Amino acid sequence: MNLTLSEEQQMLQQTAREFADEKLRPVAAECDEQQHLPIAQMKAMAELGFFGLIIPEEYGGIGVDTLSYVLVLEEINKVMPAVGTITSVHNSLVSTAIARGGNEAQKRKYLPRLASGELIGAYALSEPHAGSDPASMRTAAVADGTYFLLNGTKSWISSGKSGGLYLVFAVTDKSVKPSRGISAFIVEKDTPGLSVGRKEEKMGLRASDTTQLIFTDCRVPAANMIGEEGSGLKLALSLLDGGRIGIAAQALGIAEAALDEATCYAIAREQFGHPISDYQAIQFMLADMATEIEAARMLIYRAAVEKDQRERVTKEASMAKLYASELATRCADKALQIHGGYGYVKEYAIERIYRDARITRIYEGTSEIQRMVIAGQLLGK
Amino acid sequence: MNIVVCMKETPDTTAEKRFTADLRLDRAAVAGVINPYDEYGIEEAIAQKEKLGGELTLLCMGPARAEESIRKAMAMGVDKAVLISDPALEGSDLIATARVLAAALQKLTFDIVIFGQASTDSNAGMIVTAVAELLGLPALTWASKLTIEGGKATIKRSHETGYDVVEAPLPCVVSVTQVINEPRYPSLKGIMQAKRKELTSYKLADLGIDASSVGSAGAGSKVEAANRVTLTRTPEIFKDADRAALYIADYLEKRKLI
Repeated sequence: MNLTLSEEQQMLQQTAREFADEKLRPVAAECDEQQHLPIAQMKAMAELGFFGLIIPEEYGGIGVDTLSYVLVLEEINKVMPAVGTITSVHNSLVSTAIARGGNEAQKRKYLPRLASGELIGAYALSEPHAGSDPASMRTAAVADGTYFLLNGTKSWISSGKSGGLYLVFAVTDKSVKPSRGISAFIVEKDTPGLSVGRKEEKMGLRASDTTQLIFTDCRVPAANMIGEEGSGLKLALSLLDGGRIGIAAQALGIAEAALDEATCYAIAREQFGHPISDYQAIQFMLADMATEIEAARMLIYRAAVEKDQRERVTKEASMAKLYASELATRCADKALQIHGGYGYVKEYAIERIYRDARITRIYEGTSEIQRMVIAGQLLGK
Repeated sequence: MNIVVCMKETPDTTAEKRFTADLRLDRAAVAGVINPYDEYGIEEAIAQKEKLGGELTLLCMGPARAEESIRKAMAMGVDKAVLISDPALEGSDLIATARVLAAALQKLTFDIVIFGQASTDSNAGMIVTAVAELLGLPALTWASKLTIEGGKATIKRSHETGYDVVEAPLPCVVSVTQVINEPRYPSLKGIMQAKRKELTSYKLADLGIDASSVGSAGAGSKVEAANRVTLTRTPEIFKDADRAALYIADYLEKRKLI
């Protein structure tokens, strides 16, 4: 397998790195503290094309391969995972769903606006009672002439408030199995009957808004259903590989950021007359982090390359996501330990990195779900 | 409006510079980047092209590996490029470089040629006027603002105490300073399209220039020595906090700095 980056991939990586470093880094701590998005910086990201990464060129996007996409996500997440999450959900889930499952009219109508960043995509699958088990969702969509009436509550919606287009899953037929009874809808922000519910007070990713979405007789045109009625769960499952590779890239970026912070601190901090980087206890922590980061990188890049070569990479994507997310929290923990007391206060970036890292083991399938998936693939279940 | 922007690839600004045995900058040892001053020239050229239409060509003299920097400029928005690359050009002095660039410019169609103010490696800042002289065109240098309209170019020419407004009829040659704009990032779409843009390569023969008149062989200047510049600082500690401002003002005034 050839993992030499092409000229384009190197340039995409370099541009994302410079942009994140020069534009996002100066505002990352303040946005986290004040719980708001860096609006001007995200507008610049939109102009540069970050929101059209995986949308095909004919619909106004850039249409990069999965490895290029991963390289860009990695760089953004090294600096500001709150923006990384929005970029990932927008690209991996919402844009991919429409590009893959939408009809020509839906693609023409929505993809250019998603690619330009005019609409930020939000993905509404989870519900208060349906997390790891999305098939148990209760939000219902009932046909009403050329419309569907949606009723129910979605939860944990990234960009719930700031998003402009929601990809919503709802039960269209209770009498059949969920695999044939759930449908996917494109719901625009200003649709009557849709309201944004409580904004969650999160531990990390505090610059991004995560909210509930409440549907009360929300009238959605039947033309906005993606694919055939009852094909929603299948669509959701088909997005998992890409979504997991995206979050794995986020976790990788976070792990690298933790190592960078720890290395800089260890060189600068002196105790007993020496930089603490002179001590083997610190050196071994740094060495382990760096080694495991390379291992995670290989898992993720390989899953990304293979995703462009075949239909499903379920096992590879789950392995990459499981390993990278567990690593991100492990690295954040070690890096904080190296900072000592300074790591426990907001003066140093590692405090935020530690909080941001934790969610990667939970969303896009918990570590426990990933292990179930991997074991299922091994055992042929 | 057809614009040509000239670009040099320089060693990464942050890298430690090394010299070859014949006291030339060892370019192979460090990564090359777009000469940082030229980024302002490229940005200005792209912005003017976006405003006025026409075609934007980048002209570069350098080794084959300069293609990487050229592709970056293309990703920013340059339409096409010409790279003059010939082993005989190694070691060219600034007069030879200006002659080569002028010869290439005569093969291109342009209304205006834009340069950065200088290059970060040799920092002479003289190529622009030399090229203008060889082409018999007016040179507008050190522009902090450029307006192209009514068949002429008008610049604000910065100097120590303010600026002069200077104009010249088109075609002309302009150099810009780093206060003129903020260079854009290459767009992600631009990066993906850069490879598809036209890059033409010229050899010396294509320009009708005799190899013996350029490169080390034709250089009118010769580097005899290269020494590291060491700066020594003599700190002065003034402890009377109440009179510190007065002391500093006095210090600066004595040296005619204020």
